[in-house]
Amino acid sequence: MMNELNTPVLKASGLIKDFPIGSGNKASMRALNDISFELHKGQALAIVGESGSGKSTSARILSRIFEETAGLIEYKGIKLKDFIKKFGRLEYARQVQMVFQDPFGSLNPVHTIYHHIARPLLIHKRTDKQGVEQAVYDLLELVGLSPAYETSLKYPHQLSGGQRQRVAIARAIAVEPEVILADEPISMLDVSVRLGILNLMAELKDKRGISFMYITHDIATARYFAEKTAVMYLGHMVEWGDSDAVTQTPQHPYTQLLLSAVADSARKDTVEFKANTGEIPLWGKESKGCPFVSRCHKVIEPCHQTMPAIKEISSGHFIRCYQV
Amino acid sequence: MSEVLLEINNLCVDYVLPNGIARAVNNVSLSIKKGETLGLAGESGCGKSTLAFSISNLHKAPALISEGEILFQGQDVLKMRPKTLKAYRWNNVSVVFQSAMNSLNPVISIAEQLTDVIRAHTKASAKDAELRAIELLEIVGIHKERLHSFPYQLSGGMRQRVVIAIALALEPELIIMDEPTTALDVVVEREILNQLYELKQTFGFSILFISHDLSLMAEIADRIGVMYAGNLIELGLAKEVFHHPIHPYTKGLVSSFPSIHGPKETLYGIPGSPLNLLDKPQGCDFQARCPDCHHKCQQEVPRLSSDTPDRLVACHNL
Repeated sequence: MMNELNTPVLKASGLIKDFPIGSGNKASMRALNDISFELHKGQALAIVGESGSGKSTSARILSRIFEETAGLIEYKGIKLKDFIKKFGRLEYARQVQMVFQDPFGSLNPVHTIYHHIARPLLIHKRTDKQGVEQAVYDLLELVGLSPAYETSLKYPHQLSGGQRQRVAIARAIAVEPEVILADEPISMLDVSVRLGILNLMAELKDKRGISFMYITHDIATARYFAEKTAVMYLGHMVEWGDSDAVTQTPQHPYTQLLLSAVADSARKDTVEFKANTGEIPLWGKESKGCPFVSRCHKVIEPCHQTMPAIKEISSGHFIRCYQV
Repeated sequence: MSEVLLEINNLCVDYVLPNGIARAVNNVSLSIKKGETLGLAGESGCGKSTLAFSISNLHKAPALISEGEILFQGQDVLKMRPKTLKAYRWNNVSVVFQSAMNSLNPVISIAEQLTDVIRAHTKASAKDAELRAIELLEIVGIHKERLHSFPYQLSGGMRQRVVIAIALALEPELIIMDEPTTALDVVVEREILNQLYELKQTFGFSILFISHDLSLMAEIADRIGVMYAGNLIELGLAKEVFHHPIHPYTKGLVSSFPSIHGPKETLYGIPGSPLNLLDKPQGCDFQARCPDCHHKCQQEVPRLSSDTPDRLVACHNL
């Protein structure tokens, strides 16, 4: 029991991902550089960062849409490659589901909601032909889409964005996954319905023990939903730990910058916003040093040379920066 | 208080659709003062962009401005002749549209897009227009070497700056910004907003800032108006509206944003889904999602009324 609690559901160590750029030549960009994290049962890990920081690439590697260039992924304590060899790609896909950003694009416009939810149930043999109808209605009720029968007959365009995202979540949980990789699941939705979706995910996490990887650019919702937060910058993890530690006592200059940029009601007076408007470099195999150098206001000599080592600044709160 | 720049009176905009008429802006009255930043908040489909479009009289069928007037320095924009309208657009009011990053033409250089605006509206020579273009790029913090770049060669934040430069080209009195930074990363967003405010200090224009992000507007706007299903439902000083919302919809909207510094508490947002404009109920449009809905709300449409001169709210539960 103890062992099961401590073994992370998904564990990535030293992930590297290069993408070729241009054609013919051997140039490449490094989208992920030395990324390590763990997902625990019934917990959420938020990955926060700006566009191009490698958030989605991480999720896509975990869901096997992309193959990592280097690094090790372990699923339930065994190497992912061995797991897939033993149980098959389909079984891994069942256990690790994705919810995408755009519910307008992730549902098929020519099929009913019923079809969307029945299909994974049948493909993954979660139910037999007789039981599928009831299972679909139960799932729709579970995600708050009632009346379920009427909803199941509709097409995606007849639902609002929030309702469509609920369908996407229903479809993901239909196959009883262990992990859901949610890639910006609320950023395209109307503001007033975003919290409804986050609260639904929180309920699935707490009641069903589903682990979430919550990818977002909104650090405030990361704190709201996830137990752990990792801040990424240009393919590097720069600060990570308990969400409260990362958001309340940020130590890395980038995290501090990010937090000072967030508009916040609870903040009474204006905080000084310090940023160098340096350009964000293209990170390649040969690039060295800290990726944040061009925009950091605390640069010292070693920053240009090597990426700082991981430092644990308080229990469970890690950072990669020379200045701390 | 300083003089009124733009006054909107009882504006109604309808979309005439095959299956009915959707009233996207319903009887809205507002004014923008000289040098003021007015924030307009609300979620998708509440009519805030439609309202912005009306100010430059850009609507085409199926949109129809069915009632109301828009007075710019006393002159009705909706009654302007084409020539006056052409002079009014961009000289007096410029617009930074939603996803402005994509509003640049991808196959035309930045230089041409900047000079095009200048030459279409002034008699400047090609040479002068280019000098002005360089000046504009410098104003928004882009190096002049970038003048002959194409949009794809610039980052999202830089493209946004170019669009702002184009909006500034003729030194308008009012800039309408329709979700200008929604597609950007927070840090870039903050940089651009800070810069915009420096420019505002220098040039003294007014801004109509449209966004769904109330917390952002509380920081940058002087006053905030909140729209729901085409109606203006609350209007007041920015900080007041944000910290002491009165209308239940505004309250819901404020509590839809988890705070980063405040205590961690469970928030609920607003139950239900935004209203279908083709299927409006009798009475208050917000009744289906409102926690304090009672009999009167299902009968009568609430009107905007005020307790204090600076605050207007449309709700029966006051």
